[in-house]
Amino acid sequence: MATNPTRPLSPHLSIWRWGPNMLVSILHRVTGSGLATIGMIVLVWWLAAAAAGPEAYASFTGWATSWYGIVVGVGLSWAFFQHMLSGLRHFVMDIGAGYELERNKFWANMTLVGALLLTIALWAWIWWRAHG
Amino acid sequence: MTTETPLARVRGLGSAREGAHHWWIERLTSVSTLLLFIWLLVSLLRLPGLDYRAIVEWLQSPLAAVPMMLLIVSTFWHLKLGMQVVIEDYVHEDGWKYLSILVLNFLTVGAGAFALFAVLRIALGGAARG
Repeated sequence: MATNPTRPLSPHLSIWRWGPNMLVSILHRVTGSGLATIGMIVLVWWLAAAAAGPEAYASFTGWATSWYGIVVGVGLSWAFFQHMLSGLRHFVMDIGAGYELERNKFWANMTLVGALLLTIALWAWIWWRAHG
Repeated sequence: MTTETPLARVRGLGSAREGAHHWWIERLTSVSTLLLFIWLLVSLLRLPGLDYRAIVEWLQSPLAAVPMMLLIVSTFWHLKLGMQVVIEDYVHEDGWKYLSILVLNFLTVGAGAFALFAVLRIALGGAARG
């Protein structure tokens, strides 16, 4: 790539510290990629197992209710809520709002808190339905 | 007088008013995917159970099968657009970039078609009864 050597460059490109906005930005990509790969496989497996018959469905539910299945399920539901909330934040920023430093930071943090709370609420509900 | 073709003159100048198309469809499908996933979550939480019989009986209803098929189209379209941006940002070598996008398109269309077929099979009664 042609670069103009007279263009000013920041001499401190490597000096920065993490902020919630950066974390939420990269988490949006990470959670989106996770949902698009692992989430997609689980969704297709679930539907294909239901279409294939009771034995195939039983092997899916056997996996989904095992401890590692639950770990994947909790991870996917957290990724879904995080991607959903940071996606909603993107909608606000798409209309040009919410760029003020403090407000931007506040809502970035709120997507992190919200995703955790929604994940806990969902699994508390599932736990209550299964054992309550 | 020039021997330059019209294509040669516009090549490399960027999009012809279609530049925001990908961005716009990504937003549209994010809204539809969100609404359909809220529907799926609420429906599943309201079912008496998540066992084979409950799921199959539920998906045999048109009011479950149709939104489920819309969910598949919306979700797979959205994830295809999103993953394409990730590939474009991180795969820099042109050959690998186009190969990755090719594979992504084939995988999403293939997996989406498979999921749609599974729903149709349940909804139209081809699935084995438990």
